[in-house]
Amino acid sequence: MPSKPRTIIEKVWDNHIVAEREGAPSLLFIDLHLVHEVTSPQAFSGLRQRGVKVRRPDLTFCTVDHSTPTTPRSLPIVDPIAATQVAQLEKNAQEFGIPYFGFQNRDQGIVHVIGPENGLTQPGMTVVCGDSHTATHGAFGALAFGIGTSEVEMVLAAQTLLQKKSKSYEVRVEGTLKPGVTAKDIILALCAKIGIGGGTGCVFEYTGSAIRALSMEERMTVCNMSIEAGARAGLVAPDEKTFEYLKGRRFAPKGEKWDEAVAKWKELVTDEGATYDHSITIDADSLEPMITFGTNPGMGMAISANVPDPANVTDSLERESLRKALVYMGLEAGQPIAGQKIDVVFVGSCTNSRMSDLRAAAGVLKGRKVSPSVRTMIVPGSQEIKRQAEAEGLDQIFKDAGAEWREAGCSMCIAMNGDQLTPGQYSVSTSNRNFEGRQGKGGRTFLASPQTAAASAIMGVVTDVRTLA
Amino acid sequence: MKFESTVTQIQADNIDTDQIIPARFLKTISKDGLGDQLFFDWRYNADGSPKADFILNTEKAKASKVLFAGDNFGCGSSREHAPWALTQYGFQAVVSTSFADIFKQNSLKNRLLPLVVSKEVHQQLREALEANPDLQVSVDVEPQTFTWPGGPAVTFTIDAFAKHCLLAGVDEIGYVLQHEADIAAYEAKRFSTLNTLVG
Ligand code: SF4
Repeated sequence: MPSKPRTIIEKVWDNHIVAEREGAPSLLFIDLHLVHEVTSPQAFSGLRQRGVKVRRPDLTFCTVDHSTPTTPRSLPIVDPIAATQVAQLEKNAQEFGIPYFGFQNRDQGIVHVIGPENGLTQPGMTVVCGDSHTATHGAFGALAFGIGTSEVEMVLAAQTLLQKKSKSYEVRVEGTLKPGVTAKDIILALCAKIGIGGGTGCVFEYTGSAIRALSMEERMTVCNMSIEAGARAGLVAPDEKTFEYLKGRRFAPKGEKWDEAVAKWKELVTDEGATYDHSITIDADSLEPMITFGTNPGMGMAISANVPDPANVTDSLERESLRKALVYMGLEAGQPIAGQKIDVVFVGSCTNSRMSDLRAAAGVLKGRKVSPSVRTMIVPGSQEIKRQAEAEGLDQIFKDAGAEWREAGCSMCIAMNGDQLTPGQYSVSTSNRNFEGRQGKGGRTFLASPQTAAASAIMGVVTDVRTLA
Repeated sequence: MKFESTVTQIQADNIDTDQIIPARFLKTISKDGLGDQLFFDWRYNADGSPKADFILNTEKAKASKVLFAGDNFGCGSSREHAPWALTQYGFQAVVSTSFADIFKQNSLKNRLLPLVVSKEVHQQLREALEANPDLQVSVDVEPQTFTWPGGPAVTFTIDAFAKHCLLAGVDEIGYVLQHEADIAAYEAKRFSTLNTLVG
């Protein structure tokens, strides 16, 4: 009997069911558990209290990134609380026998950057991490989602998670992006279109010619911000680009095992005739470079547009949210966003800190100077990316332009490590959240692509990269 | 799980976890002390003194068990520090028209009830509170009811397993660990053919 057509989301799900009991969520096996210093200490304490070991340290991987300074590694961690947290992860990793890229490790980096970079993330896997941007790993056709600390403890203890099946949501992007329009603009456009709760309860599958045309790094940028549209996960079915990217990476299968793996991975496509619970189509040709103007990632628009007027919003709560957002952001309804003065530019985070992002920023900055009124921070996603960028001479381009070239970490994406905005400052950031205070108390964030960020750094105001002389 | 309480309103849509508990407080390695940091940047002045006009600084709110907020509450990060802070402050339920997925899961694991109401009920409760700010609401998980004097008879939905865990105080990790045989069988089947990450 021919089996019912399934989406890739259903296939990965079905492959991981350990048990199903009447009246309870499914028990789902987890192939890769990434652990960082901020959301894990209480989970390890829980294990100790229970007297339980980590079931599969071989499927678990730790790194430090969130509260980790991006100052030279020769310096100690100044913040004693952050230092304790970093040391605690090191201790936990050692005690429970988990592989670990520590603060001084040459491969340390943002958890969602090092997973793919080292071939830990592979197609068809279930990947979890105590971090909502775990969706990044979906770029490889993995079902990857963020979990809370109680769930971190559950996965450490049992390598499984109690989960209810999410709905499926096809995000089809067809056409060709115009010059100056990037993967970041696709995902910001999706957030603006369906809102930050639009994907709640769903897993996105990104499909269509514009998604196929993206590199693996660009697909990671898109999947990364699935959570910003409310979805717990977002994935892209693997293809030759995926295999090409993975081949030869440190933890990727080798030799015969590689061939076996690729054969399996090729089955990870949505079957003809399979249906999704929801779907939306985005026209890539009509996309413009995007930027956010408000205090959540759904408050975005084309960079050439004007800030919306709350008076035109019918729903009273929505109107109030927009009004509050504009007050916080210090913006006038109807003003153009381009030309808005800024103080800081941040190129980094698990959304846009990979080689292609740094090359894009360097391409704009080369032979130019950043505005003297702007502090420009370039923070590579991992130490490996840092080395590679330096080998290509990108660091010199950044320094010559007057930008800071820093060590790997989350940095000003979350402002836990001392890299932060001061109250009232404006930044153009390539990260993923513009919530009030996200980049420092009172700080005001415009989310955009690395190209837009670099162009804005040069001009000292929000700038459409296509208008740069 | 059954209680009566006054209602503490923070009426904004899309209240994200960075507002509920700003990231700089996540450097802790314990769960303690988060209640005082709940909504920190909305709640305290630059010098650290409490803002007298912010609702959470009132005695009434401190005694309240129900937080009433706008749509898509708890969006943003996966930090479980958000429900830890809310419960440490004293809340046992958050009422909204919807919740972000991870926040909802995290809440249920910490005996914080994410209570979803329709837009109409949300509006009715707002009006009732306007008429009587001291309104007492009743939450009862067993029959899944949420009521107040003169209000509609609201029944809310909750996943059957989550309800069972709340009512019986089930330790979910303990429950999962009872599936040892299933997990071992799955591993035997899967990992005979797949490489593991290390070694
Ligand atoms: S870079 Fe930002 S979003 Fe990504 S893991 Fe770090 S803090 Fe989270």
